[in-house]
Amino acid sequence: MKELIEFISNNLQIVYIIILAIFVGIEVIKSIPAVLHTPLMSGANALSGVVIVGAILVMLHSNPTDYLALGLGFTAVVLGILNVVGGFAVTNRMLEMFKKKK
Amino acid sequence: MSSILSIIYLIATVTFIVGLKKLGHPDSAKSGNLTAAGGMGLAIVGTIFIHDLQVPTIIYILIGIAILLGAIIGWFIAIKVEMTKMPELVSLFNGFGGASAALIGIVEFGNSDIKTTSATIVATILSAIVIGAITFSGSLMAWGKLNGSVKSIIKIPQYNIINNLVIIAIVLMAAFVVIENIDNQILLYSLLFAGLVYGVLFVMPIGGADMPVVISLLNSLTGIAAAITGILYDNMVMLVGGILVGSAGIILTVAMCKAMNRTLLSVIFGSFTASAGTEGTNKALGSIKSTTASDTAIIMNYATNVIIVPGYGLAVAQAQHVAHELEELLVAKGVNVKYAIHPVAGRMPGHMNVLLAESNVDYSMLVEMEDINPQFNNADVVLVVGANDVVNPAAHNDPSSPIYGMPILDVENAKHVVVNKRSMKAGYAGIENELFYNAKTSMLFGDAKSVLADLVSEIKNM
Repeated sequence: MKELIEFISNNLQIVYIIILAIFVGIEVIKSIPAVLHTPLMSGANALSGVVIVGAILVMLHSNPTDYLALGLGFTAVVLGILNVVGGFAVTNRMLEMFKKKK
Repeated sequence: MSSILSIIYLIATVTFIVGLKKLGHPDSAKSGNLTAAGGMGLAIVGTIFIHDLQVPTIIYILIGIAILLGAIIGWFIAIKVEMTKMPELVSLFNGFGGASAALIGIVEFGNSDIKTTSATIVATILSAIVIGAITFSGSLMAWGKLNGSVKSIIKIPQYNIINNLVIIAIVLMAAFVVIENIDNQILLYSLLFAGLVYGVLFVMPIGGADMPVVISLLNSLTGIAAAITGILYDNMVMLVGGILVGSAGIILTVAMCKAMNRTLLSVIFGSFTASAGTEGTNKALGSIKSTTASDTAIIMNYATNVIIVPGYGLAVAQAQHVAHELEELLVAKGVNVKYAIHPVAGRMPGHMNVLLAESNVDYSMLVEMEDINPQFNNADVVLVVGANDVVNPAAHNDPSSPIYGMPILDVENAKHVVVNKRSMKAGYAGIENELFYNAKTSMLFGDAKSVLADLVSEIKNM
């Protein structure tokens, strides 16, 4: 418990950012027409692929002889980029259909 | 050097927020998606090239191969998939993101000297692993259930208790590792395993209609996992991006629950399909009246107002295009045609809109539930194609029904209701529909695509 309070006071900035980001997320999504829920979910899903950044960091920091870390990092990068590219591509495909008959 | 990276991350973060915001408006949605994608690309390239580390070339090559491999597979899946398979796909991609977070956590656990690392960091690593594992196995389970490879709802007696025991065990085990600063690989992998098991147990009993809610919830969890790994690296783009997805996902989840008049807790802890077996089918509800395509064509042809209620059955039969053809034909004959879109028509909110947009249906003909419900009184003919639970009056008048309270399309107010179904089989929620026994209702049995094609050719001949 003491450590948690210590962590919070040492990382106040992060705590502020988290809280503000939560509200930004809520505000940005609020009052979105139901038509767009599916593309939105798909787009948000692509955004959650931002873990790829962490996966790349893992690989950059790993020792070339540490095959376990390297292998896990490699898999993490593949899966992360799959989420990013696939997510954005499929969202784009969906939205393209809305565009057509404008 | 790293200050440039910080600015890149800042720009990327702003593109995420702007992108999400723009995704909320039909006109700007496409550019919003591209904005966010551009920011993501920037963040990825920046992360690879801008740092002070001495990185051997082989690592760069490996990163390059990994990115190329994943990007090609992801692109290929995204381009090839049928639009009816959307929910499965989102679920699958989401699972990959979760797996990625769990793997990062495992590597970081191995890299850090747990005995000297602060308890908060250990807790962060462990939560990344557990949440990542839950979203991975849960999403794969959801994917399997939606595409039919996991067929049966395996009913474990008292699954609520078992589920809760597993999650309590996870928390206790993690707390033990954190408090005692134990550097133990076996414990780590047991935690990972327990997370995977929980993901499966969590999704397994959740039935049919609640699936989109679960996918949305898992999507939100992946965002939280990403944010947690962001704390680990003190990385703002991961932190803010993850939190955004996390909170937006929760809001979306709640919106979906509202559309079905269910609370999040009842989705997670209640069982939608468990109690609603096939027992109800034997109940005497009267007799059904079946009709033919030519009779239906006649009443539609001479109607003033026709409302089409498309359901997932229409999408499965790939009948969106024929439906559009029928609608165009009727409009050409002076009939006023509209589509009534239930918020959860299809498998996800907005899914039906995507499917109909794919077949060029005019955006303005798609009418949301609140706006169309008062109009059913004036409708001469309502054609229900492959929809069932969203037009089930039991939601209004049978408190014992599992869908009681769910907002539905009030099709029974129309003069004639024609229901196209393949058979009398119950809908996704597995419950009987008294609408089919209504005196105003005629059943038009057959595959949606061929039935609609018959209607088109009948009307053409009039």
